[in-house]
Amino acid sequence: MATASIPTVERENYLNKHYGVGSWLFTTDHKRIALLYLLSITFFFFIGGFFALLIRLELLTPAGDLVQADSYNKLFTMHGMVMVFFFLIPSIPAVLGNFLVPLMIGAKDLAFPKINLLSWYLYIIGGVMMLHCMLTGGVDTGWTFYVPFSTAFSNTKVVEAGLAIFVAGFSSILTGLNFVVTIHRLRAPGMSWSRLPLFIWAHYATSIIQLLGTPVIAITLVLVAAERALHLGIFDPKLGGDPLLFQHLFWFYSHPAVYIMILPSMGIISEIIACFSRKRIFGYSFVAFSSIAIAVFGFLVWAHHMFVAGISVYAALVFSLLSYLVAVPSAVKVFNWTATMYKGSIYYDAPMLYAFGFLGLFTVGGLTGLFLAALGIDVHVTDTYFVIAHFHYIMVGGAVMGYLGGMHFWWPKISGRLYPEGWAKLAALIVFIGFNLTFFPQFILGYIGMPRRYYQYPPEFQVLNVLSTAGATILGVGYLLPMVYFLWSMRYGKPAPDNPWNAAGLEWRTASPPPTFNFDEEPVVTWEAYNYDELNRFPVKEETPVAR
Amino acid sequence: MPDSQLTAAHNPALLHHFAEPQQQRDAASLGTWVFLGTEIMFFGGLFCTYLVYRRGYFGDWGAASKTLDVTLGATNTAVLICSSLTVVLAVWAAQTGRRRLLIGNLLATLVLGTAFLGIKGIEYKEKFEKHHVPGASFQFNNVMIPGHPDQYANPSHAEIFFALYFVMTGLHALHMIVGIGIFIWLTVMAWKGRFTPEYNTPVEMGGLYWHFVDIIWIYLFPLLYLIDRHP
Amino acid sequence: MSAHPSSSLKLYFGIWITLLACTGLTVWAASLDLGRFNAAVALTIATFKAILVALFFMHLKGASEKLSKLVVVASLFFLLILLALSMSDYATRTWT
Repeated sequence: MATASIPTVERENYLNKHYGVGSWLFTTDHKRIALLYLLSITFFFFIGGFFALLIRLELLTPAGDLVQADSYNKLFTMHGMVMVFFFLIPSIPAVLGNFLVPLMIGAKDLAFPKINLLSWYLYIIGGVMMLHCMLTGGVDTGWTFYVPFSTAFSNTKVVEAGLAIFVAGFSSILTGLNFVVTIHRLRAPGMSWSRLPLFIWAHYATSIIQLLGTPVIAITLVLVAAERALHLGIFDPKLGGDPLLFQHLFWFYSHPAVYIMILPSMGIISEIIACFSRKRIFGYSFVAFSSIAIAVFGFLVWAHHMFVAGISVYAALVFSLLSYLVAVPSAVKVFNWTATMYKGSIYYDAPMLYAFGFLGLFTVGGLTGLFLAALGIDVHVTDTYFVIAHFHYIMVGGAVMGYLGGMHFWWPKISGRLYPEGWAKLAALIVFIGFNLTFFPQFILGYIGMPRRYYQYPPEFQVLNVLSTAGATILGVGYLLPMVYFLWSMRYGKPAPDNPWNAAGLEWRTASPPPTFNFDEEPVVTWEAYNYDELNRFPVKEETPVAR
Repeated sequence: MPDSQLTAAHNPALLHHFAEPQQQRDAASLGTWVFLGTEIMFFGGLFCTYLVYRRGYFGDWGAASKTLDVTLGATNTAVLICSSLTVVLAVWAAQTGRRRLLIGNLLATLVLGTAFLGIKGIEYKEKFEKHHVPGASFQFNNVMIPGHPDQYANPSHAEIFFALYFVMTGLHALHMIVGIGIFIWLTVMAWKGRFTPEYNTPVEMGGLYWHFVDIIWIYLFPLLYLIDRHP
Repeated sequence: MSAHPSSSLKLYFGIWITLLACTGLTVWAASLDLGRFNAAVALTIATFKAILVALFFMHLKGASEKLSKLVVVASLFFLLILLALSMSDYATRTWT
């Protein structure tokens, strides 16, 4: 039918259906909102990264020469607040989750598209407040807002930062609400719970935490603001208040919040490992339920952040024991992923390299978590760089590796273009090397006694600190690279076929990029998740995406 | 499913991404319940704070609680219970297509909700007059601890009680104000005849929210007013 | 429900009366010296009232889907975790 005289027309998709700023700012399309989030969280990632860079530069030498103590306090506070509340928590759910949840379950959109847009605006309002707070003096309480310093002593912008996080928290709650309802109500015919991709299970578990944890920190921040403004005495030991109550309420959210960051990443890793091992995931239901188990157990362990803060010895014992519980479902996942790879035909594409990185780094981060859950060792390493290294292995080595792996895996679907594979592999390698060089020395530093949150240190710690700063520089390059070649690929990349990886999953059965309502006709699912055996025998025929 | 597409074309209230009205209703219902779940946790942080200090400073809190006006508190509880009745009647009226009954009950709910806030305002005013508002001018000197005629309540601990009193009832009042906003909107929609026996989800969901706020008050009343009342 | 409109109306008014009566009851019970049980009685009555509102006014009873019940139970479960595990600290401290 097609003849040379007919000009090739690009298929209509969610990117080219409408143009103009208004079509983006007032969109209710989950895919466009995902891209809005992508832009905003990338912005905050580089802000947070900038603070990290300054911290590492200050720590290059033992003396406090680049910044003074007060500025240093603000630097690590702003680094933590921006990275935790404005990058890590929204990162995977709001970008990849937003984009993929409806696609993966065969829905036209999330259940409440307008609320989805509202949640982005809340995020932006919170983000602008945070930026304003930073530009007009910043905060120095540490991202944890510990009382009574934050309520009675700090003379920085505590209330404004708290309010910014309060608002961003509601954005997170609304995202979680949308996911839960969408996953329950909008699955395509045949998409039973046992056929859901593990990415969806992970996001379901994440949403539970967002919904049940975030309100608690919201009300806690309200109390902090009220206490600071009116000296109510709720958290002030001078007036009979208990500062530890703040820590209980804070960590009731903020410990599970770690699982808001890592669970979606685990979902991504399940998808990637199955695809690039060309095998059905080993122990599907164990991996699925381990996500739920992590979400539930995550709420039982919070006071392990408070072992030396003055909680009762009995409570410390209980929380220490409960903390080990989380290791079980986490280990189930790691074992199942490795078992999936066993005898698989493994392809070493960039997403898989990130998945490998995740496996190693998450395991190190998780196992050092067991050290910290042990009462005796925790007393020794509390508030040292050991803790810093531990949670960066989880949040950066785990969550960010998964996020980058997912971005590469689904970039062809999101943008309709292929990224340059060689550069991507190089970037994955650089990130892995840079990460380990940055954070492994910090384990040793902490173990030999360097405390966190100090801008000076004794000279004998310098060698390891120099290594760490050098690693951070390499890591920075590793993070800049993908941004450059993703942007490059949007213009110069090869057009992506619908299913470039020959992957299972509904999202690969629609066009790249997908049309506005995701599927030309409502999909009906008749196959199990990760049916790679069939896909290996009968690869989905690749269509040329242009000139249909 | 040509059937559902037909409905989609003829039902302006059905949004594009739902296959059928029932799916849309179920989504709204689940969304509302999940939202109420987050609200439980939102107030939960306050209940936890309450529990810690009530346990620690029971005597001081009993003294502070005794200064609250039980009559006004109980009246307000009754007012809210009556408003819950009018809400459930409104939902019933909407589901059975009785438009005038629906509007009447929505208006009655608005009146009762406003009455609740008015009484709450009277109570707040009294706190200001008695210097029971936490802050610089707070005073709670020489108040006996109930059952211990020889002991005075610690003003700082009483101040924590009043702080929580204001945060909890204030947050509850804020929810009431939001609820009144929702019900004004529902009344306007009902006036315009938007609700039918087939489509009345907003009334139902607004009702769920209102009942939830009522339940919070059902707990706040004994927790704040009735700590240690007996002579 | 629409088959027996008058029966559901009767139910609503019955619940309403019960709720009002319980409010009176809890005020009266507070005036008795029950020692430690004052709090227990007040909370039991409040919970009874809350359950009535949830089951009959919010139509949790007989809801076609069990999911809303699950949401409520799950939220209360996590609230209980917050309260119970916090108390595991406060109740066992040997200092104040």
